[in-house]
Formats: sequence, C-alpha cells, structure tokens
Amino acid sequence: MNYQVLLTEMFTATLMSLQIFLFTLIVSLPLGLLVALGRMSKLKIVNLPVRFYILIMRGTPLMLQLLFMFYALKPLFGIQLDRVLAAEVAFALNYAAYFAEIYRGGLEAIPKGQREAAKVLGYTKSQAFFHIVLPQVIKRITPPMGNEFITLVKDTSLAQVIGVVELLKVTSQWVSSAVDMTPLVIAGLFYLVMNGIVTRAFTVLENRLSYYQ
Amino acid sequence: MSQTILTATDIKKGFDGEEVLKGISLEVRRGEVLAIIGPSGSGKSTLLRCIAQLESVDSGLISVCNDVLVQNGPDGRAVYSSPEQCRKIGLRLGLVFQNFNLFPHYSVLKNITDAPVRVLQKSREEAVAAARELLKKMGLSEKEDAYPYQLSGGQQQRVSIARALAMNPEILFFDEPTSALDPELTGEILRVMRQLAAEHMTMVVVTHEMQFAHDVADHVIFMDGGTVLENGTPDEIFSHTRNERTRAFLSRFTE
Repeated sequence: MNYQVLLTEMFTATLMSLQIFLFTLIVSLPLGLLVALGRMSKLKIVNLPVRFYILIMRGTPLMLQLLFMFYALKPLFGIQLDRVLAAEVAFALNYAAYFAEIYRGGLEAIPKGQREAAKVLGYTKSQAFFHIVLPQVIKRITPPMGNEFITLVKDTSLAQVIGVVELLKVTSQWVSSAVDMTPLVIAGLFYLVMNGIVTRAFTVLENRLSYYQ
Repeated sequence: MSQTILTATDIKKGFDGEEVLKGISLEVRRGEVLAIIGPSGSGKSTLLRCIAQLESVDSGLISVCNDVLVQNGPDGRAVYSSPEQCRKIGLRLGLVFQNFNLFPHYSVLKNITDAPVRVLQKSREEAVAAARELLKKMGLSEKEDAYPYQLSGGQQQRVSIARALAMNPEILFFDEPTSALDPELTGEILRVMRQLAAEHMTMVVVTHEMQFAHDVADHVIFMDGGTVLENGTPDEIFSHTRNERTRAFLSRFTE
C-alpha cells in the first residue's frame, strides 16, 4: 500500500467533508432560526407548513433525503443538482429542522419579562430580539448545538450514497481494493481530530459565555 | 394646581371573555404620587400594564401629556394612535417590575446605558456619566461592573430603578416593586422611592406596602374586582373610609 498516495487522497476527501460541513452550517444556522420563528408563529398559515417541514426532515432518514435531492428533483421539477450541491442542500435543509427545534427551546426559555423590559425601555422589536433575547438564547443552546455539530461531522459520510467522494468513501475504496484495515483506523483518527477541534471550540465558547448566569 | 399628565378614562380589558378591568378612570398630575392598592387579582397590575402598552385595552381613553394613546372609535372599541405616537408616548413612561427583569448578559452599567445609547441615541460618554450619577444616588457606585446575578434582590431592584430613570421618563410606574423582596430589602427600595417622591418625580405605584402608600402618596386608589372602589387622599382612604370593603381590606394590615 502506498501510504503517501493514500494519505493524499484521504486529505483531499477530508476537504470535501469539511466543505459539506461548513456549507451546511452557514446555511442552516440562520435558516434554522427563521424556521424556529415560523414554528412559533401564531398564524396557522405560517406554523402549519413549518411543522410539516420539520416533521418530514426529522421523520425520514437523512440518507433518503440525500437520494431524493439527487435523483428525484429531475423527474419532479426538471432540476438536476450536481452531486456535491445536492448533498449540501439536503444536509442544510435537514439540519435547519433540528437547529430550529433547538432555537425554539432556547427562545421559549427566555422569560417574557425580558422582552417586556426591552419594550418599555423603547427598544424596537428587532433591537430587543438581537441585543436582548438572542445572546441569552445562544448561551442556553450552546451544549445541544455542540451535539449537532459533532453529529454533522460524522453525517457528512452519508454523502457517498449519491457518489460524493468524501473521506469515508475514499477509505472504503482503499480497504476493499487493498484488503488492509489501516485506512479505517486513519479515517477514524481524522474524524476524531475534526471532532476534537469542534469540542474544543464549544468548550471555549461555553467558557466565554459563562460570565453571567 | 399643576397640570394633568396622565389621564385614563373608563378603561375596560378582558382576558378570554373574563373582564379584568371594568371601567377604570384615573388622573395623575405632574409631581404627584398615586398609590394603587387592593387585593391580588383586582386588576391593579393589568391597569399599569395597559398604560405601559404591555397589554392592549378593549375600550377607554388613555392620554399622556395631552397626547392620545388610545381612545374609543365610533363602535365604542379601542382605537390606538399611530405606532410612532404610541412609541413616543411609551418613551415618556418608565416601568419598574416586580421581578426586576434586568438583562442578565449586561453589566450593571450596560443595563443602565444601553437603552439611552441605542434608543435615545445619546453618546456613550453622556450615558455613562448619567448612569454613574444614578448609581451613586442608588448607593451602588461600586457595583457598576457587576452582573445582575451577583447582586441581592434589593440591589437588582435599585439598578432597575436606575435603568428606568436613565430614560428620563415623565412618569415612573412601579408594579409591586417590593413583592419579591424580604422586609429588610423592601426598606431599601422604599427609601429610594421616598427620595424620588421628595424630588417630585411623578409616580404611580401598585403596592401592598400600606405604610408607604399612607406616608408618601398624594392620592390613593383602592381597587377590587376590576373597579375603583375608592379614590382619595391617604387620610380619606386609611383613616376615614366609609366603604365596607376598603375597611375590611385595610383591617388586615392594621391588626
């Protein structure tokens, strides 16, 4: 086994995994907040479709959603996404649903007196939301968000079902062709390192937010 | 006689069909302290919250400094003024809550300066100078860098009074400001409120502190079951009431 070639290929594939990871976060973190607000809306015409969306995203396998995004859009809508984009969109839509429920939990935990105090002091609704409510929500949702980030690092490996060449795909190709288990161990270490960094980042964030209770 | 700065006439408000305010009227003149007393559930807090725009009224008139916040339309239901007018009126009112509602992620100083800077567009230096002045008055000068969770309930309530005062309100409302505090801390807050009264701050105070209402208020309103049962000077209410219900309520405090 040529380890230099192996490692080069695994690094390249890891970059693909990271690309999916980052794209998913950049889209689904703000999208999840919008979904949460829609879910909490008192208007049925807003909250019913949003609840349906969350039900679909959490109630069906992510792998199915990946397959759907790559294979089903063409016959249904005449749209063909390339493999990587299909994976990214599927991940972003799926994670937005989970993030939305986490945001909602955080938003509902903020006492209504906080918004009332802000209103009486003359803050506009958006000032109250972004300066008073959201910072407190972020502190509360940091631990469950850490869980989701870690899960996402590992979930990126599912993208291989629609032919995306990410870390685990390359690894399994090497394992099956060379009948050598070493790549599996290396891949495990790669995932561990990525999640070690994620864990560390969340620890730092939690510490930085621990200045108040 | 000084000018009337708050008028509320025939305020009605219901929650889910149950009428909580059944036609409340009151007037507050500049520099006056109005105490609203009465049993729990009588609608005192709801009345304050309606005037502070935290609840909307079903019908009635509210005006502040001759600007109408809400009045009855032709069908007898409440019609609010434009959002700009409502906001302008809101900025003339301050409210101190029973459970303080300080912003936990802001330091004491930031709690007091944030709204003047963000809402009134004051410069940071100006806001900080004013906040330090207020903290000095509240006896909390050394606490400006503390966070709310590090303070006692009495200190938190004094910060929240300072936060309300920093907006230079024309009228300051207190919604049972001492109900979450033990007797010792209650004393701290009442001292601050007495001092504000002595400086002729216009105040409307919902309270269960009868001694405070008796000593400090210029007028006292006794509410029960969503109506004003009595409206008079402290002497009229506390010493010479002819109302059976008022007497029964007050007797529990004098025993």
